[in-house]
Amino acid sequence: MSIKFNDEKPIFMQIAVMLENAIFCGAYVEEDQIPSITELAVAYNINPATALKGINMLVDEGLLYKKRGLGMFVAAGASAKIHQKRKNSFYANYIRPMIKEARQLGINGDSLSAMIERGYQDDGN
Amino acid sequence: MMGIEVRNVTKTFGSVMALEDVSLHLEVKKIYGLLGNNGAGKTTLFNIISNRLYADSGQISIDDQKAADHDSVLGKVFMMGEDNLFPEDMRVKKAFTTSKLFLPQFDLDYALVLAERFELQTNKKIKSLSTGYASIFRLILALSANTPYLLLDEPVLGLDARHRDMFYKLLIEHYSHRPSTIVISTHIILEVANLLEHILIINNGRIVKDVPRDELLAGSYTVSGPASLIDHFIKDKKTISTDRIGGLRTACIEGQPDESDVPDGLEIRQTNLQDYFISLMNGGSVK
Repeated sequence: MSIKFNDEKPIFMQIAVMLENAIFCGAYVEEDQIPSITELAVAYNINPATALKGINMLVDEGLLYKKRGLGMFVAAGASAKIHQKRKNSFYANYIRPMIKEARQLGINGDSLSAMIERGYQDDGN
Repeated sequence: MMGIEVRNVTKTFGSVMALEDVSLHLEVKKIYGLLGNNGAGKTTLFNIISNRLYADSGQISIDDQKAADHDSVLGKVFMMGEDNLFPEDMRVKKAFTTSKLFLPQFDLDYALVLAERFELQTNKKIKSLSTGYASIFRLILALSANTPYLLLDEPVLGLDARHRDMFYKLLIEHYSHRPSTIVISTHIILEVANLLEHILIINNGRIVKDVPRDELLAGSYTVSGPASLIDHFIKDKKTISTDRIGGLRTACIEGQPDESDVPDGLEIRQTNLQDYFISLMNGGSVK
């Protein structure tokens, strides 16, 4: 679970994404405890309030929940929720920017479709 | 009101105006960054808050009590400066035990644990410490002082990368276990940027920014692209500074980008704290 902060998004969002990735790839499974606010803050040299803000984003999405006096845990069904969320935003996050870049390069829709087809085939081999 | 209240503080050294009508409020349990160029007034401000210097005019109050010369009030503030306040011949360990006399909450055991973690030899004389270890010595005093208000003036001066990282981690650990108000002045902005909750920028003795870090960073963005496109794009916007390398121009702009208004070919990103600071100082939009 490593993270290299960039300037694209606020740090608390990057913390949320990092934790989400960790849940999605199975580093933290459902009902697992995640690191404490202090552990996260110390590990990434960030303000504890920032770590809390990132964690709260995932609590609001129902991916994490708090056990009083114990800490934060991965909610049941979290992985499936992330899967659904990413599927929903796939068009906006990947297809739109790809088409924007394709336009700048003068690649038309048919060529792009052909490339996608080729990509699937290459991946299968 | 809890916290430190600085009201209309002015300080001159001869004909030099070091602080000019500075007012600010330091809230409890927050980490502040005090940023400014050399000679901006950072150390003077710290010295006045901790009563090492008198202000020409204005007032400091700590937790609603006037600070000047009240020991019980001043005992709440610990300032780590660049100077060593102990006799040079004193050994490190003796300095720790002596600190306990001045600072009732000083945690001697913790100081010794930290000394071991940093491999600071406590039987050494203070004057024989290298620049880096002299900083570490003062850092350990600061982290062990357990005062509700901690002023750190250039805390990582002379520290190597590993020791700086150790210090940041210790500071966060310390803050998590015993939240206090911490004000850090440093030139190594990128390393502390994510630790800070609130930013104070001082320039020529005046506070020019006093805002939460997230708000400051959300309040500006950087756009780069071909000079002609940028020039057109920034025409009706409040520009903090611009920079040019050949045909590529970069501008730091106040406000938030309107995505629909950004033409193809321009790249938009969030401004980081260091870039923002440099832009502000270069842009000349602050006096």
